[in-house]
Amino acid sequence: MISLAGRDILHAWGKFVFTGVGLGLLIGVTLTMAGVYRGMVDDAKVLLDNSGADLWVVQQDTLGPYAEASSLYDDTWRGILSMAGVARAANVTYLTMQVRRGERDVRAMVVGVVGGEPGLPGQPGFLVAGRHLSRSHYEAVADLASGFRLGDRIQIRRHHYTVVGLTRRMVSSGGDPMIFIPLKDAQAAQFLKDNDAIVRQRARTAANPAFSTPNVLDAVLASQSSNPYVNAVLVQIEAGRDPEQVAEPIRRWKRLTVYTRAQMEEILIGKLIATSSKQIGMFLVILAIVSAAIVAFIIYTLTLGKIREIAVLKLIGTRNRTIAGMIMQQAVGLGLIGFVVGKIAATFWAPFFPKYVLLETGDALRGFVAVVVICILASVLAIRAALKVDPAEAIGG
Amino acid sequence: MADMEKTGIRIEGLRKRYGEGDTAVDALKGVDMQVAPGEVVGLIGPSGSGKSTLLKCLGAVIEPSAGRMTLGQDLIYNDRWEIADLRALRRDKIGFVFQAPYLIPFLDVTDNVALLPMLAGESNAIARQRARELLEALDVAHRARAMPAQLSGGEQQRVAIARALVNRPPVILADEPTAPLDSERALAVIRILNQMARQFDTAIIVVTHDEKIIPTFKRIYHIRDGRTHEEAGAAMPLE
Repeated sequence: MISLAGRDILHAWGKFVFTGVGLGLLIGVTLTMAGVYRGMVDDAKVLLDNSGADLWVVQQDTLGPYAEASSLYDDTWRGILSMAGVARAANVTYLTMQVRRGERDVRAMVVGVVGGEPGLPGQPGFLVAGRHLSRSHYEAVADLASGFRLGDRIQIRRHHYTVVGLTRRMVSSGGDPMIFIPLKDAQAAQFLKDNDAIVRQRARTAANPAFSTPNVLDAVLASQSSNPYVNAVLVQIEAGRDPEQVAEPIRRWKRLTVYTRAQMEEILIGKLIATSSKQIGMFLVILAIVSAAIVAFIIYTLTLGKIREIAVLKLIGTRNRTIAGMIMQQAVGLGLIGFVVGKIAATFWAPFFPKYVLLETGDALRGFVAVVVICILASVLAIRAALKVDPAEAIGG
Repeated sequence: MADMEKTGIRIEGLRKRYGEGDTAVDALKGVDMQVAPGEVVGLIGPSGSGKSTLLKCLGAVIEPSAGRMTLGQDLIYNDRWEIADLRALRRDKIGFVFQAPYLIPFLDVTDNVALLPMLAGESNAIARQRARELLEALDVAHRARAMPAQLSGGEQQRVAIARALVNRPPVILADEPTAPLDSERALAVIRILNQMARQFDTAIIVVTHDEKIIPTFKRIYHIRDGRTHEEAGAAMPLE
């Protein structure tokens, strides 16, 4: 038996192809939306991977350092390092801000790390060009996505930094490129005030009668001009240790909150990007409904245009299931054309998106199955119309 | 039994009532008709006389209200359908030729004709072979690969006749088959129908208003107010 659907598609291929291209662009948008979500999840995982940490020690009862603000004294790491099972520990600060280079500025996550010690948790794992931070001040390692190049002079708050190294795929959970600078500079950038504010603060402090004693005033002013805080302490545990068993004593004795990798992943994916993922989920549902409506409308219209032929087919003895199969195959054919166009389109335009779009094979397969199911469901309306056609319509009178 | 074997189609006391009660309309009030294998008869009558209803009953598209119908050797209706699968009956026992050819626009000429045997379960190769033989007989074999839109009106109608004949049905119902054609082509179609009727031993009923072809029938059934009466036709030579 010949394929009636295939012949019809070949006969009116232009109509099918153009309709399929239109549908394909819609499917391409749908696949891209899924890719945007996957990209967000991947960014979150990359952030955790690149931190090189097994445990995140943060301020008690906070979801820091990524989902909430967290502040720890910068000497906390010493005590943590002495705990059983801890191999390495390092301070880190995170600050998302606009980083300037000349007239241009870039949204970036500025990460303060302990300079001169590559391999500590929080350090950039590998460089694609240049070198690691080796001085205590005014050097930076930037991600390629920032657009900065080796030797560039960038401005963070009041100070200028020279880009000495470049990394790849070192991004925040929001997809912003990371810029690593020495910890002391990062602490200053995060917590210290500008010169005018410092002058005003000193005047206010000196005017306070409680600090009128010279030594006390000097001590208070000194404490105001330094910043002993970091956002978190990143911990690497000894090989073979259970992260939870290492974390528990830190929680109990240091009275801090400690997250394992799994818990931090849950915070990032389950809380930080949860609203975004729901937003994308809503888009996916709407796009699926719109796609189904378009396929249903197109197939229904095409079927109505063939009512006389369907009446003739029924009159000459064609089974209902043959006619239903023809319509369903056409709907699926349209979906296949649309899927191929959509996949190609999404693959083509994904790299041009400002944030990372991760097109996973699994999503494509799920999308393919969804397209086929949607097309089958969308053809039901047209099949109902076709099966209602009276073969007597082929005979006049 | 011998008479039955010679029957292309026989109708006795066929009635069809639409609706019920006060609104009931008797479209057919006891139609009698018999067409022998190899014979072409005309069925003529004014609009609303019951022609289309009779054609639909004969084509097993609508169910009559009473009467008997015999196709070839098979009693198909005796106050109720005697055949369970009317779709298969239409496919295998009845050929249809319409006013417009109604060829399937996305199938070429060969597959338009071969579709019926394929639907009946015949292999594609055999179905196409049978289609080609018929197209040869109807002198359109040279257009076998053409699409319907590429054919002239006369060629399309010949392909439609081939489609009607391809399953060797004992009866063909032709509904105004020459309406869109000029005199020459209309007569050519009637000539072909007569040839095919003789060649394939098929009974053909031609419903028509076409004054050009009415004189060609040897027998004519007039239908008026749901009843038929038979008269001899002029039997104008077609050759």
